[in-house]
Amino acid sequence: MTVALATPGRRRKRGRAPSKALAVLSRAGSVLVTLLGLAALTFMIGRLLPLDPVLAVLGDNATPEAYDRMVVQMGLDQPLIVQFGNYLWDLARLDFGNSLLSGRPVGEEIARVFPATLELATVAMILGTGIGVPLGVVAAVYRNRWIDHLARILSLVGYSAPNFWLGLMGLVLFYATLGWVGGPGRIDFIYEFDLQPVTGFFLIDALLSGNLALFGNVFSHIILPASILALSSLAYISRMTRSFMIEQLEQEYVVTARAKGLGLWRIVWLHVFRNIAVQVITVVALSYAFLLEGAVLTETVFAWPGFGRYMTNALLSGDMNSVVGCTLLIGVIFVALNLICDLLYRILDPRTR
Amino acid sequence: MTAIPATLGPRTPAEARMQQLRITVSKLRRNGSAMLGLILLVIIFGAAIFAPWLSTHDIYAQDLTNRLARPSAANWLGTDELGRDIYSRLLHGGRITLYIACLTAVISAPIGLVVGMVSGWFGGWVDVVLMRVTEIFLAFPSLILALAFVAALGPSIENAIIAISLATWPPIARLARAETMMVRRSDYIAAVRLQGASAWRIMVGHIAPMCVPSVIARVTLNMASIILSAAGLGFLGLGAQPPSPEWGAMLSSARQFILSNGHVAAAPGIAILITSIAFNLVGDGLRDVLDPRHD
Repeated sequence: MTVALATPGRRRKRGRAPSKALAVLSRAGSVLVTLLGLAALTFMIGRLLPLDPVLAVLGDNATPEAYDRMVVQMGLDQPLIVQFGNYLWDLARLDFGNSLLSGRPVGEEIARVFPATLELATVAMILGTGIGVPLGVVAAVYRNRWIDHLARILSLVGYSAPNFWLGLMGLVLFYATLGWVGGPGRIDFIYEFDLQPVTGFFLIDALLSGNLALFGNVFSHIILPASILALSSLAYISRMTRSFMIEQLEQEYVVTARAKGLGLWRIVWLHVFRNIAVQVITVVALSYAFLLEGAVLTETVFAWPGFGRYMTNALLSGDMNSVVGCTLLIGVIFVALNLICDLLYRILDPRTR
Repeated sequence: MTAIPATLGPRTPAEARMQQLRITVSKLRRNGSAMLGLILLVIIFGAAIFAPWLSTHDIYAQDLTNRLARPSAANWLGTDELGRDIYSRLLHGGRITLYIACLTAVISAPIGLVVGMVSGWFGGWVDVVLMRVTEIFLAFPSLILALAFVAALGPSIENAIIAISLATWPPIARLARAETMMVRRSDYIAAVRLQGASAWRIMVGHIAPMCVPSVIARVTLNMASIILSAAGLGFLGLGAQPPSPEWGAMLSSARQFILSNGHVAAAPGIAILITSIAFNLVGDGLRDVLDPRHD
């Protein structure tokens, strides 16, 4: 009896490391395949729909003739593969179809609401990074001391708390009871006409207008949702920073630096942190993608007129073109952020060169 | 060949497994936070199982004269906007939440395990195709993917379970693949192959048992995020539908009265938080014990 002892699925061993150009090309290829997969998945989701897309456009009272005409017009009489081809062609031209609710192009609508979400997520990321990184560093240096335990509890809550509930409770406490922050929405009604939209980021627009009261109002509206959104990324960033730091602090160069008489914090920030900076940056970039996900629920709670609320409304009213457009956009952002992380690693970390 | 003294090791596979289990349990018992999580889980599961006996009111019985009441001796956690007892609804809601979480885990873990093992064992183009598919699913944040699926399938608990399962299996597949690739070159697998075992038999009998511990740890950690996703779907009105006492749905209906009556939303949220914390604590502990490669 002969039995091949070779392990199954053995890959061909490469003699040399592939050249740089080849690596870039294969990375580009894999991104392209993933994007194609995203398109296929969203196409499937759009077709899974129990709602009849034709009736969704025409309404329930459509005559059979009108119905048939619409089927042809929407290309639904074509084979699925042709429909998918058309779908890809539309996507390539950034055409996501029209929103069934407003009748306007989905791409245009998303572009209108996206700055609000981007502003919220960016402020949250600044808070999450600004607190999470130092917290992780300090927790690693004072391992198993009270600050480390505090960081652990904070991140456990950050991982475990439903952010929409924190939002509700935050509104009750800080808005209704204490009156420290502005309520739902991006801005108070009385200021709405003072703001000249330039960038779509209200904080920046308010600064550009030079009206401090306006800026204060915008700030009081964004600070609570951004802080709550930041909590989960703070948890993630501080945990990861802590474990990167601990790994480095056990290295011998730290002992050497100590033996030479360098101060603790000088070593921590100038030597140790520099070695983990690249890893921390990738973690921050990834958590940015998750902030966009968290924004869906946070925006619903805070009546924040952004991407998340737009998607939720579309979901509830069965507006599949918008849902698919939003899903696809988030997928593309995820892929892009992953790619950026990869590139950052290659550019910033001398060990990967 | 000299016989190995019986005292040195287990004599049968069953004995070996029991011994391993005993070691695992004793390690877990020394982990304080995991034990705390386990105690919390026992209480939560107990409360859900015995909900009909522990509850004080009919969960659907409305009492409009006693709307939005504060906690009292009659209604321990107060009443909601229709005068229903929050404490009783909370207990019954736990059943739905745990039902969703457990069923999702039961659906997604085997899918992930099979995809990961097949991918890791066969390698080559099978691996490339399966991992591409996995990556495509991973390219969406799980809540967004679940939202899109629920939108297509229609809002209900069952569809929420399907949607969340579809979004949870990819990380498990990656994990199982990594484990499979690690053991597939080991000597004992080569020995089984020499005996003429089929690929399927090797995977089920010899590779799966190696993957299961880390998959269990991972699934326990996933339970926390499954619960958050399910509550999120319920809150958006895309999961459990009213008058269901699902915690997310309770929060959703409490939302309109929140600014004047914060207590209505406090209890369901705390329940979600504690359940999620409990699963996170146990999952962390299990990972430390079952997956020695993890730092």
